[in-house]
Amino acid sequence: MRLTVDRKQIEINADPDMPLLWALRDLAGVLGPKFGCGIAACGACTVLIDGQPVRSCVTPVGAVEGDVVTIEGLAEGDTLHPVQQAWLEEQVAQCGYCQAGQIMSAVALLEEIDDPTDADIDNAMGGNLCRCGTYPKIRAAIKKAAALKMARA
Amino acid sequence: MATLGKIARRTFLVGAAALAGGVAFGAWYVARPYANPLEEGLAEGEATFNPFLKIGSDDTITVIAPRAEMGQGISTTLAAFVAEELDVPLARLTVEHGPTSWAYYNGTMMEESGPFPWYEEGFVAELARDAFATVGKVLGLQATGGSASSRDGFVRMREAGAMARMMLVEAAAGRLDVARGELTTRDGAVVHEASGRSLTYGELALDAAKLSPPSRVTLKERGDWKLLGKPQMRVDMLPKVTGAPIFGVDVWLPEMLFGTVRMNPVFWQRTANVDLSAAQAVPGVVKIVPLQTTYGHGFGVIAQNTWAAFRAADLIEADWGAPAYPADAAAVDAVLTTALDTEQGSVMREDGDVEADFADAPRERLVEAEYAAPFLAHFCMEPMNATALYRDGKLEIWAPNQMPTLVEYLSGAAIGLGSKDVTAHTTFLGGGFGRREVDTTIYAALMAREVEGRPVKVIWSREEDVRHDTYRPAAKGRFRARLDEDGLPVALDMKIAAPSIIGSVMRRTFPSLSPAGPDGTITQGSHDQPYTIASYRVSGVKADLGIPVGFWRSVGNSFNGFFHECFMDEIAEAGGLDPVQLRRNLMGDFPAALAVVDRVAEMSDWASPATDGRAKGFAFTLSFGSWVAEVVEVVETDDGVRIEKVWIAVDVGTALDPGIIEAQLVSGAVFGLSSAMNQEITLKDGRVEQSNLHDFDAMRIHQCPEFEVAILENHHKMGGVGEIGTPPAVAALANAVSRLKGKRFRTLPLSKEVAFA
Repeated sequence: MRLTVDRKQIEINADPDMPLLWALRDLAGVLGPKFGCGIAACGACTVLIDGQPVRSCVTPVGAVEGDVVTIEGLAEGDTLHPVQQAWLEEQVAQCGYCQAGQIMSAVALLEEIDDPTDADIDNAMGGNLCRCGTYPKIRAAIKKAAALKMARA
Repeated sequence: MATLGKIARRTFLVGAAALAGGVAFGAWYVARPYANPLEEGLAEGEATFNPFLKIGSDDTITVIAPRAEMGQGISTTLAAFVAEELDVPLARLTVEHGPTSWAYYNGTMMEESGPFPWYEEGFVAELARDAFATVGKVLGLQATGGSASSRDGFVRMREAGAMARMMLVEAAAGRLDVARGELTTRDGAVVHEASGRSLTYGELALDAAKLSPPSRVTLKERGDWKLLGKPQMRVDMLPKVTGAPIFGVDVWLPEMLFGTVRMNPVFWQRTANVDLSAAQAVPGVVKIVPLQTTYGHGFGVIAQNTWAAFRAADLIEADWGAPAYPADAAAVDAVLTTALDTEQGSVMREDGDVEADFADAPRERLVEAEYAAPFLAHFCMEPMNATALYRDGKLEIWAPNQMPTLVEYLSGAAIGLGSKDVTAHTTFLGGGFGRREVDTTIYAALMAREVEGRPVKVIWSREEDVRHDTYRPAAKGRFRARLDEDGLPVALDMKIAAPSIIGSVMRRTFPSLSPAGPDGTITQGSHDQPYTIASYRVSGVKADLGIPVGFWRSVGNSFNGFFHECFMDEIAEAGGLDPVQLRRNLMGDFPAALAVVDRVAEMSDWASPATDGRAKGFAFTLSFGSWVAEVVEVVETDDGVRIEKVWIAVDVGTALDPGIIEAQLVSGAVFGLSSAMNQEITLKDGRVEQSNLHDFDAMRIHQCPEFEVAILENHHKMGGVGEIGTPPAVAALANAVSRLKGKRFRTLPLSKEVAFA
């Protein structure tokens, strides 16, 4: 089975019913997406497929068509994605475990809406749980990322 | 190390003797330094100065921050201790957790184990603190907990930096042939201003490390701090925004197998009539291993990938047996109620004569209430996991854990090995909150032994994680107060029943020891609060429920903060006083408490009259050495009650990193609000009913209030940070919602009676 993950072609031998998350983590060694709940309720496993945020823990790998982008594929060389840069500047992460998923959801949001309102952020990020309570900083970082992204464009 | 069990036994027994001033181990035993574990495994050109510091001739400066980084920012603050005295920018350091070693014992964590409140500084209280700190050192207990890591490292790790700096200067003086006094240090180099010559630490390290360490060091005065006291960029931020493989679940080893566990949903029971055939038929399953441990009984499934292990674990059939403990919420409540009805309990605070004051109390001056709090799961974002490799009689473990010396001892013991044959590596923790015990590593060790030579990464499903937690205890309290003519309490009597956390932890870890005496966690947050009331009694009743309980962020304060501070609000209401004014009246002896109360009242504009559909609630808790007052504002909306804003004023004594402190206060409050809104763990037929986020959710971004935090430094002793935001958040929310609804809520979670937006 062939997949495009973070701009690289990978070949894996997986049961098509295996969730994409475990195919990435256990078979391809792509460890950025995290396992949190297994029922698409915490968002830690979020990846983008053709730009759309997807909970990889409930997506059968056999059903994946399109380019998969994980947290590991966001930066261009040493240059962080504007969302990662904003996360760094706002010092968002505490334990950090949910942040790969938070960042992927935020990337998808900013692809959709250049300058999201608080309500847009609530709608896009409600499926991403953070037990450390970094939500106020996530909100601030998304706004900063929007500005950074516009400045880079 | 095989003698740890013996030492532990002696130490626990000896605790009381040490308290009485006896020198249990002899001064030599206590004072002797542990060997520097960095001596082993130094690379070519690398030198070590002490257990906290290595410097390479390539100018790589490695600081060991030997506490579990679970998000609380401890790696940054500990590194800053060394960097401050070494005169190196934080960004120049490589920060590692380092090896497991007794040298990294945590003395401070045990310090407050005596029956003395934080503000009690008499001779006996201080003696007890010294004695308990000694226990931590003698046990070689490398552990992260009790909000104690910064306090523990504050002197030791600054001294480590200062000592190394002096040795580097001395080496430079020899090399440059100048007097030490002519040299200064800056940005990782020793500089001779007069001649403009300088040598980097890397150039000096090998020579400097050979010198004997100075017998005395002088630490910088606070006014000279460059890093401490100011917000720093966290050393763990970049890996966390780039998805680096830093967590336990990310361990990746050659030839690695994957696994999971399926433990008996009935605690402590063995299994019968086991049928593994369906599980074994799942493609990719390698082996199914029975697990019989002090944590419980069940099965480990080893497979080619985690998904196969999960599927197989689901298919295990067995007769799981019946519970030998209260099997549902009604039975749990009955045990707690009976305990309150029939037992005196341990009196943890007794001022005045409570019995006499209530004997002749007029009915109209009495306030009485009962409160209850449920079991809670930790729900760390990173589910429980550990990786183990067994080969040639040696065990190697990689795990997100909070107590690596015990991990080595107990995981080794589970497969008949002594600690010398076990090596534990501590990864980053995807949340800890007090959950990361040794069940994960014991199970992984037992499984690894069955596939000798191949590592096994054992990740629990979320369902298994929720159903086999070490829960925050369920607790129940009965409270009464007698008011005077001005509405102030002249007598307060509090009795709290809960299972003993210490007893439950011991049953799992050292079952041969039975801890005697009272468990202070039952009343922690009620018996140790800075209120002056003429007659004031707080008793704790141990009510063994047989359900595994453990340390949950802020421990006993998590429910006692709720009990104590909501009952204070009831006293205020009954006496016709404003809740903040009541506290001010009772806290006059404690300026640090008064200052945070006043500050939060000012920040939240407490005095302004309430408007329709809005209410504020107040609460105060002194825990882990820090004084915290919080105000929560709630608003009635079409979708239910919304938590709109939270104000926090905290006195931590010395604020080492205001950025991290603010983040921790917000984090602790969100954790508490999540629980108070709608979390509870309940049992049916002795099995935990909840299993995942659909029935045990936590606060989401759209529910998260705005926060405003003020950090004060009035108190002369430094307090902790990681847990202190939680207790008052729970109580302040309950007080706010009670005001909003005009009805007193005395049971958690509040969602039993109130809908939240």
